[in-house]
Amino acid sequence: MSALYQRSATQIAAAVNAREVSAVEVLGAHMARIERVEPSIGAFLSLTADLAREQARRVDEAVAAGKRLPLAGVPVAVKDNMCLQGTVTTAGSKILAGWVAPYTATAVARLLEAGCLPVGKANLDEFAMGSSCENSALGVTRNPWDTDRVPGGSSGGSVAAVAAGEAALATASDTGGSIREPAAFCGVVGMKPTYGRISRYGLIAFASSLDQIGPIARTVEDAAAMYGVMAGHDPMDATSLPRPVEPTLPALRTDLRGLRVGLVREFDTKDLGEEIDAAYRRAYAQLAALGAEIVDVALPHAEYGLATYYLIAPAEASSNLARFDGVRYGLRVDGANVQEMYGKTRAAGFGPEVKRRILIGTYALSSGYYDAYYVRAQKARTLTAGDFERAFAACDLIACPAASSPAFEFGAKSDDPVSMYLMDYYTIPMSLAGLPALSVPCGFVRDGSPGGRELPLGLQLVAPLYEEARLFAAAHAYEQATRYTLDRQPPVVESVR
Amino acid sequence: MSSGSGIDVRYVARLARLDLTEEEATLYQRQLDRLLEHVESLQRLDVGRVAPTAQVVPLTNVLRDDVTCPSLDRAQAMAGAPAREGAFFRVSRIIEEQE
Amino acid sequence: MSGTMVEQTYEAVIGIECHVELKTASKMFCGCRNEFGGEPNTQLCPVCLALPGALPVPNRVAVEHVVRAGLACGAAIPSFSKFDRKNYFYPDMPKDYQISQFDMPLVSGGVVRFRREDGSEGSCRLTRIHLEEDTGKSTHMGSGDGRIAGSTHSLVDFNRAGVPLMEVVSEPELRSAEDAVAFLEYLRLTFLYLGISDVKMEEGSLRCDANVSIRPVGSTEFGTKTEIKNMNSFRSVWRAIQSEIERQRSVLAEGGRVAQETRGWDEANGITHSMRSKEQAHDYRYFPDPDLVPLTLEAAWVEDLRAKTGLIPIAAYERLERACGLAPAQIRQLLGDPALVRFLLQTVDMRPDDVAFAQAAANWLLGDVLRMLNERGVSIDGQRTLTAQALAECAELAMAGAITSKTAKELLERVMAEGGSPKEIVAREGLAQLSDPSMIAGIVDQVMAANAKSVADFQAGKENAIKALVGQVMKVSKGKANPQLAESLLRERLKQP
Ligand SMILES: [Zn+2]
Repeated sequence: MSALYQRSATQIAAAVNAREVSAVEVLGAHMARIERVEPSIGAFLSLTADLAREQARRVDEAVAAGKRLPLAGVPVAVKDNMCLQGTVTTAGSKILAGWVAPYTATAVARLLEAGCLPVGKANLDEFAMGSSCENSALGVTRNPWDTDRVPGGSSGGSVAAVAAGEAALATASDTGGSIREPAAFCGVVGMKPTYGRISRYGLIAFASSLDQIGPIARTVEDAAAMYGVMAGHDPMDATSLPRPVEPTLPALRTDLRGLRVGLVREFDTKDLGEEIDAAYRRAYAQLAALGAEIVDVALPHAEYGLATYYLIAPAEASSNLARFDGVRYGLRVDGANVQEMYGKTRAAGFGPEVKRRILIGTYALSSGYYDAYYVRAQKARTLTAGDFERAFAACDLIACPAASSPAFEFGAKSDDPVSMYLMDYYTIPMSLAGLPALSVPCGFVRDGSPGGRELPLGLQLVAPLYEEARLFAAAHAYEQATRYTLDRQPPVVESVR
Repeated sequence: MSSGSGIDVRYVARLARLDLTEEEATLYQRQLDRLLEHVESLQRLDVGRVAPTAQVVPLTNVLRDDVTCPSLDRAQAMAGAPAREGAFFRVSRIIEEQE
Repeated sequence: MSGTMVEQTYEAVIGIECHVELKTASKMFCGCRNEFGGEPNTQLCPVCLALPGALPVPNRVAVEHVVRAGLACGAAIPSFSKFDRKNYFYPDMPKDYQISQFDMPLVSGGVVRFRREDGSEGSCRLTRIHLEEDTGKSTHMGSGDGRIAGSTHSLVDFNRAGVPLMEVVSEPELRSAEDAVAFLEYLRLTFLYLGISDVKMEEGSLRCDANVSIRPVGSTEFGTKTEIKNMNSFRSVWRAIQSEIERQRSVLAEGGRVAQETRGWDEANGITHSMRSKEQAHDYRYFPDPDLVPLTLEAAWVEDLRAKTGLIPIAAYERLERACGLAPAQIRQLLGDPALVRFLLQTVDMRPDDVAFAQAAANWLLGDVLRMLNERGVSIDGQRTLTAQALAECAELAMAGAITSKTAKELLERVMAEGGSPKEIVAREGLAQLSDPSMIAGIVDQVMAANAKSVADFQAGKENAIKALVGQVMKVSKGKANPQLAESLLRERLKQP
């Protein structure tokens, strides 16, 4: 059997429940792994070893008492925009540096109840705004497949931790692609459920009508198991879906017979370069080989997705981030009066990307521009949702890229916000429509430089609202048939300096 | 869209209580002008008969029963306070706002 | 305007905006206690302190309170309503936005009918009633008088933050300070009767602002209005409006123009003073709160609430006037105590259309019952012994001459102390009034024999002496003799030589 840190969550839970290994041992192996690779990866903003140890002891006691826990002893990295009582929770921002959460997010609490061990708080783009993790004000996270490259974002720390074996699972959040794009960049599975499926209570808000928590794992089965634990109605979140969660694990399949998979006309991959184009064609062919019927679908308003998103998300963010005002918690920079204090505190506490989005969002909501920008964007959102409704009349799943490129080098897109925003071109429409979508590794491309490394690509699968089970079933079949990352570890260990 | 008027970064920054340096104001003005150019594409859409989507999930009347639950104790509630005086959060002088 | 012109006569145009804290067990969006006067900063949770990640869930009872307020004013309840965010920074507002309602309030229209002191009728239509949340409370330090002007810093208590708050906006239909106060009084009574608020101005559960303008009598256009704030009693509302009307009148008389502005009422000096210019309107950037979902007020729900509306003060006024023949002053004395009014009307209902009975019951209630309640320091619904049935029996016995008023008083005292049915007590204990001339005649003889001096005085022309003799008859009969009968018998005997 492989080293403990290489095992899947499902394997770990089975072993802990069977008392073949203790949660304390599992934790020890992962803490050792963290110690070894963290200097070159930087997935975490803080480690929560004491909490994890305490939790591991509780899990072992529960198991000894005859209890079986679905994620017994599974180390999990918690994205640092989720509250975990007693831990520093920063959202990657200086404005919250050192803030200790006095309560725990619902999704995280459910993971703890299921036996997970919270090993640390994972890095992210500040307030989850970004596609590379470079917008974190508190740390640099590197891609385990090539440490000169970004891990993707905003859930960069989460995907890096899982890819590098620092945790078997990680929580992540997706507003316009923040789970799917980094999952693709780091060769892991990342899934964004239907909006409202997993409670947002305790998730530091970026854009409330788009934010959704989801699982990061190295296998589809693990992601499905983790999703199953986190999903379900929460009375603390008024947008939480009251419908039952269909079991995902029993639905996992090894073929795609009877499924119609739609390829989106507007998402032609030819412009992404020959090698990438070929990789996606191979992926689609593989879906067909597994028995899927490939059909052609259209998302005529996809081209407006980015514009729609970059009005709605910043507008909501500008309001959500108002509370960081230096009065009740977080950073304060004093001024002669309260107004000055606000202006200075927020100037010092927020990074450039957050400021840009607060400004554009404030503008989109301001008097005289509200109808022209915000309301128009909400109408465009209706058109996007309608596109998917029509597309799903002709297919059961949609397949497309999870990102327009593999992981890029640090600084490659820092000067031009819009070119960075374009990274989310393939993920934003699903967010606008609230659909469940997932990224699963679909091969590697060479980065082109001499001695360059191979970089993972992600295939995005999209299902109609509430059809998460179908999504996992299909992704599992594809993953088991291709095994791109199941038998291959990122070369991170070699890069330890 | 109200193109032509464009974004006044300084005015918006005041609304958002965000002090900007000269350099920041210039940089953001340029960057946000470019973003707004991109966003102008929405002008091409015919949205005359389209209802706005504020929420994608079709929920209504999500209400809680009027029952109390324990509050944080004061020490917890004020643990993160940048400044306090006795049992209160302390802030510097409040001036009547001008926008 | 030239001084030679005939002095212009103006009329006042007044609109009222009220904020009413709703009476609920918990706050608007969280489970913290909604309670006045708690230790500072002890009624707080992640939601009402606006900690990162916390989410609001609306209180059903608060929504129902507002709908009931609307129904009581005969308003239409729209089938669709929603919550919006009103964005502005203020240190005692935790989220730096207030959850409120912008364009789709829970209640539109309605009318408040009221009675003036002289009993004449008036009314004022409502524009809307909406639901929002209260802010915390700032105490301004260093200015000596607690005023914001000249303060050095402020201290914030957030206990009140998130308390459900109902905003009532009237049309500008009031024409005098008297009417404004009468309108407010009936609004206050309406909420008191509905039991949806404590409506205590001194505790801030009822706060109001007035919009005041004046215009030439006969004009249909509005003059420039000012908004008057800081009025903390009905008396100060009256004085402030009166003073503002006078001020505007003299501004116009001197050829000046009234500036649109907010003015604060200075109770000590009896004047309003300019607070800040309103010419630059605030840019509140209202937008639908993405953390909350819309409200649909289905007919069945609304009808159920309508059925629970109960007695409203103007209807109570009319019944007390018509059914009980009470004078305006008496009604005013009663109207402020809904429990007392309900008790009286319940009593009156036992003999419908019997005005004499109703009047008798009202007199007993306003007289002896109120006195006894005051002596005991209880309210009518704070005691269980005196029932409406018992009061009705007392009134009936007295009206029928079956007991003396002295007996009736004693009876009420007894019933109040130990409960029971007055009729049964009278029957059981033989308390019925002596109205049999043959029985009283014996006592009369006895009294005349024992009081020769009084007899002589009367016969010598001292008319007053008869009173002493009647008193003696009452004493000997232990208060049961019918005093009128006793007197006529005495006179008859005294005439005899
Ligand atoms: Zn609370």
